[in-house]
Amino acid sequence: MIPAHATLTSSLLYLDGVSVSFDGFKAIRGLSLVIAPGEMRAIIGPNGAGKTTMMDIITGKTRPDEGTVMFGGSVDLTRLDEAAIANLGIGRKFQKPTVFDFHTIEDNILLALKSQRTVARTLFWKTAATDQKRIDDILGIIKLGDARSRLAGSLSHGQKQWLEIGMLLAQDPKLLLVDEPAAGMTDGETAETAVLLKEIARDHSVIVVEHDMGFIRELGVKVTVLHEGAVLAEGPLDQVSANERVVEVYLGR
Amino acid sequence: MITRFLIQGIGRLDLTFLGLLAALAVLVPLANLLLPENSVLHVPTSTMSLWGKYLCYALLAISLDLVWGYCGILSLGHGAFFALGGYAMGMYLMRQIGSRGVYGNPVLPDFMVFLNWHELPWYWYGFSSFPFAMLMVLVVPGLLAFVFGWFAFRSRVTGVYLSIITQALTYALLLAFFRNDMGFGGNNGLTDFKDILGFNVQAQATRAALFAMTCVMLIAGFLIARGIVDSKLGKVVIAIRDAESRTRFLGYRVDRFKLFVFTVSACMAGVAGALYVPQVGIINPSEFSPANSIETVIWVAVGGRGTLVGAALGAVVVNYAKTVFTSGFMAPYWLFALGALFVFVTLFMPKGILGTAQDWWGRRRKREPAASLAEPAPAE
Repeated sequence: MIPAHATLTSSLLYLDGVSVSFDGFKAIRGLSLVIAPGEMRAIIGPNGAGKTTMMDIITGKTRPDEGTVMFGGSVDLTRLDEAAIANLGIGRKFQKPTVFDFHTIEDNILLALKSQRTVARTLFWKTAATDQKRIDDILGIIKLGDARSRLAGSLSHGQKQWLEIGMLLAQDPKLLLVDEPAAGMTDGETAETAVLLKEIARDHSVIVVEHDMGFIRELGVKVTVLHEGAVLAEGPLDQVSANERVVEVYLGR
Repeated sequence: MITRFLIQGIGRLDLTFLGLLAALAVLVPLANLLLPENSVLHVPTSTMSLWGKYLCYALLAISLDLVWGYCGILSLGHGAFFALGGYAMGMYLMRQIGSRGVYGNPVLPDFMVFLNWHELPWYWYGFSSFPFAMLMVLVVPGLLAFVFGWFAFRSRVTGVYLSIITQALTYALLLAFFRNDMGFGGNNGLTDFKDILGFNVQAQATRAALFAMTCVMLIAGFLIARGIVDSKLGKVVIAIRDAESRTRFLGYRVDRFKLFVFTVSACMAGVAGALYVPQVGIINPSEFSPANSIETVIWVAVGGRGTLVGAALGAVVVNYAKTVFTSGFMAPYWLFALGALFVFVTLFMPKGILGTAQDWWGRRRKREPAASLAEPAPAE
């Protein structure tokens, strides 16, 4: 067994013994999870398993009652707020696609583009040629180049999901948290989303929370099963889905 | 930031608005001072001051639109910043009276002599200087907004709760300024002004200059607001309005952006108040009354929020209607009319006069693309 501190320093994200409760309900109990740099991980679990709460903890929305949450081996995420964590390099995609409806698609990407986020810098901001190129590249990747000056509110559900993924790319985070990217998508869109995510995973670490087993199979990555706020099983999908406890939790007794 | 967007060119509507204001700034004072009184085009001094008042309200409306229309902060206390700017100007004007007051005290304003005070309270120091007073017109509302916003936005007070505490803020100031021992003239406020920068405030030429100055400040306020909302910061602010937590997860410190626009907006409201006071000749605590702040929200809603020009338009239209209404036999029904107007606009014109007109114009253009080319630009 590797000593804990070695795991900590070699990890990108390190959660150990994290617990949080809301009004006495323990949403997360003793959750431990390690993500290596460059890794892509799928998280599955039945409703109420604590998947979204886990994301809230990592991104600073919820403060854990106890436990360690470290980023890059040295930064304690429990002491930082959402904006500071985002600027460290953790991007988040919500379950329900959340884009800025009253901005154009291009402006949505511009707002997400990695840059200084201070009041003064944004007030006197000028979009440099390199920034514009980056925006164009991302619009190409998410296949919304032709729609760049349309309002984001006019996009279809699937396109909004992609726009949000594009915004994550623009942020250029070290770690992406993606909550149910295939929810509400057609089969074709789901397959394309899997390709997109795999492409992103080549140079980013990614955590994907998903219900759709077919989608996870397509990703072909290590899977962590959450149940009642703790890790139930971890490993390749085939191994995990052969686990009796997992089957029991998923299918009910 | 402002130069860039001036070069790039502003929308046709904005240009119309700015052109109109510039024309008003020059023509109205000229028509008042140079044309004989029997001329058809002569503008009486009372009318000029009345319109000067409307334009002060227009600046207040633009300042509210900046926080409400663009940032989603529904401030029901913007009248407080307006009144504070007004009081700062009023204090300067009081100090200019000198020994010409009823009691002839060279230092103390009449109400202080009346209260048996023997020396000027410390917070009145410096107000005999015009530059200092003008600085305070910006600093006092700005500082209050900054401190208030600092606490409110950091603790993430939003929506209706924020509206309620802004309302409480202006109400608290109303009660405070009513007290005689606050040293701001209590119930009567500050009045009986004589001079501004050595010119008689009652004189026709001074009134004309004040009117022109109001136009100039409205243009300046509009350009600052337009510059802010068209910058990337403006995009962030709209993003905060529409999806606050998304903006936060993108790494923007939402509280600081809100604080920035709220403070700028309060300073702008302060300037509007400062221009208002010499033109109406009085400032008293009733300017803090919560109803005033709510009325400002109605102007913006009627004109069209999130458009800046619409806010100014709404302020002028509603106040003009108020003047017409309250001077005739319909006077007792003004509040009913105002309420009805608000309900009507909310139900049938959610984008206000300007938004509805723009939609209508856009649809028309789409339907008859050829015809629209021949037609003149939309009049304001």
